[in-house]
Amino acid sequence: MSTDLDALYQEIILDHYKHPHHKGLRGDPSSAGTAEVHHVNPTCGDEVTLRVHLDDGVVRDVSYDSVGCSISQASASVLTDLVIGKPLDEAMTIHQTFLELMQGKGQVEPDEDVLEDAIAFAGVAKFPARVKCALLSWMAWKDATAQAQADNEGSAS
Amino acid sequence: MEGLLPDLEVIRKDFPILERTLAGGVPLVYLDSANTSQKPQVVIDSMVDHLERHNANIARAMHQLGAESTEAFEAARDQVAAFLNAPSRNEVVFTKNATEALNLLARTIELGPGDNVVITEMEHHSNIVSWQLACERSGAELRWFGLTDEGELDMSNADQLVDEHTKVVAFTWVSNMLGTINPVADLAALARAHGALSVVDASQAAPQLTVDVQAVDCDFLVFTGHKVCGPTGIGVLWGREQLLNELPPFHGGGEMIETVTMARSTYAKAPHRFEAGTPPIVEAVGLGCAVDYLRHIGLEAIHRHEQAITAYALEGLQTVPGVRVMGPLEATRRGGAISFELDGVHPHDIAQVLDSRGVAVRAGHHCAKPAHARFGVQSSTRMSSYLYTTPAEIDALVEGLHHTRSYFKVG
Repeated sequence: MSTDLDALYQEIILDHYKHPHHKGLRGDPSSAGTAEVHHVNPTCGDEVTLRVHLDDGVVRDVSYDSVGCSISQASASVLTDLVIGKPLDEAMTIHQTFLELMQGKGQVEPDEDVLEDAIAFAGVAKFPARVKCALLSWMAWKDATAQAQADNEGSAS
Repeated sequence: MEGLLPDLEVIRKDFPILERTLAGGVPLVYLDSANTSQKPQVVIDSMVDHLERHNANIARAMHQLGAESTEAFEAARDQVAAFLNAPSRNEVVFTKNATEALNLLARTIELGPGDNVVITEMEHHSNIVSWQLACERSGAELRWFGLTDEGELDMSNADQLVDEHTKVVAFTWVSNMLGTINPVADLAALARAHGALSVVDASQAAPQLTVDVQAVDCDFLVFTGHKVCGPTGIGVLWGREQLLNELPPFHGGGEMIETVTMARSTYAKAPHRFEAGTPPIVEAVGLGCAVDYLRHIGLEAIHRHEQAITAYALEGLQTVPGVRVMGPLEATRRGGAISFELDGVHPHDIAQVLDSRGVAVRAGHHCAKPAHARFGVQSSTRMSSYLYTTPAEIDALVEGLHHTRSYFKVG
């Protein structure tokens, strides 16, 4: 019982929850290559407003405001650590790897080289009700990134 | 403890699920009855017996099983009519749930530009969104009673809200989030005084209060089966017979007609007017059995039990540092659902830690986002008791909350 709970609430997750990285919206949402989305988890009310700035195929910045549980908050913090400054294709690979871990029902062995602190979320995959908490900001990031890409392409043509 | 059901241990034996254990061998402490209640063996048996021995479609099958099934279904209508003290069995319409019953009313009561509908800020989403849709369709105006800081209806502007253009006043009897018990008879009288129809959402009241539609003197009242120890998939719309027969049909189909030609149809009177298609037959049988079970124990006794447990829980929650209870703080002014915040820990995380100890509560907005917003809260944790809840289970909750604080290193 408590081992499962401890697997869910790893120290890394609780640290990110108490001291979130990159929190607070930054930059000008109307500048080129920037997109902002608002995602909610309708069943529980968790919310995130997330802003992505893409430039020259690189994730220049990801910032966010959010309210929600420890899992959703820590997950947003870890996401920003992993993707800020990364080439977009590499960030997309990290996103896909995290998605597979979360959807793996606890059967997927996390790749620490790719996921770094995000391997702490491996325990979440065993709690189906919490997977959507962990994925909230990641889905918001993917959505905002697609919009920022479209914005970049629009201004380039 | 005074007020508890005298044969609580016997009652608990009626509910087989209460004996099961969860992961790690911990016993179940079920404090989520406002979400759905557990089912006594007698309800389960009534449904199994129907399916094993009497299953057939109703009202159309010209054979013995059809007659037995029809009789069982219609007996359930009598049982519900008795449960509500309805003047006529024709006033009991079976629906899918309370939400469908509210939507039925919001779809069939005629509204137009210049009319208004008055609801309250403490409604479940089902009693908000259905009227929002009706007002958007018809051009009617949606108004609502606000809430006081204590979590009660703010009646100070009642005379401005309800006027001669008000067609419907729809309100909950007991709030599913704040627990507040509303003055339903006064609200029904206020509606009538202005020529408006009153609609009472009794989803949280029916499990724990005596529901007497003649005493409340309302026009319509809805509740759901699964919160009164019955199955899911069935709800009830009660309405004054004359009013029901004046409403246009809701769903078209079999069993709701008098006669059908290719050009036009005429419609049956209530209740069949609103029961198109094959209804939830075995669910009705289970619901009839469930309301008989509650009446056998006695709604007055159940209410006393809920008040005793609620008072004990309010006391226990006060011992946990950082707990803030929403809604009235006196048990006598509220139902058995208590929503609260715990400083520094999100409701999801509270529910998760409690679950690891076998304590089942609800976390989130409980389909009452506006009521949460009114108190500046995004989500809350809700414990809700019922006739099978023991003081020891409340102790388990309170201990669990102390443990949650230490687990998340709060304070």
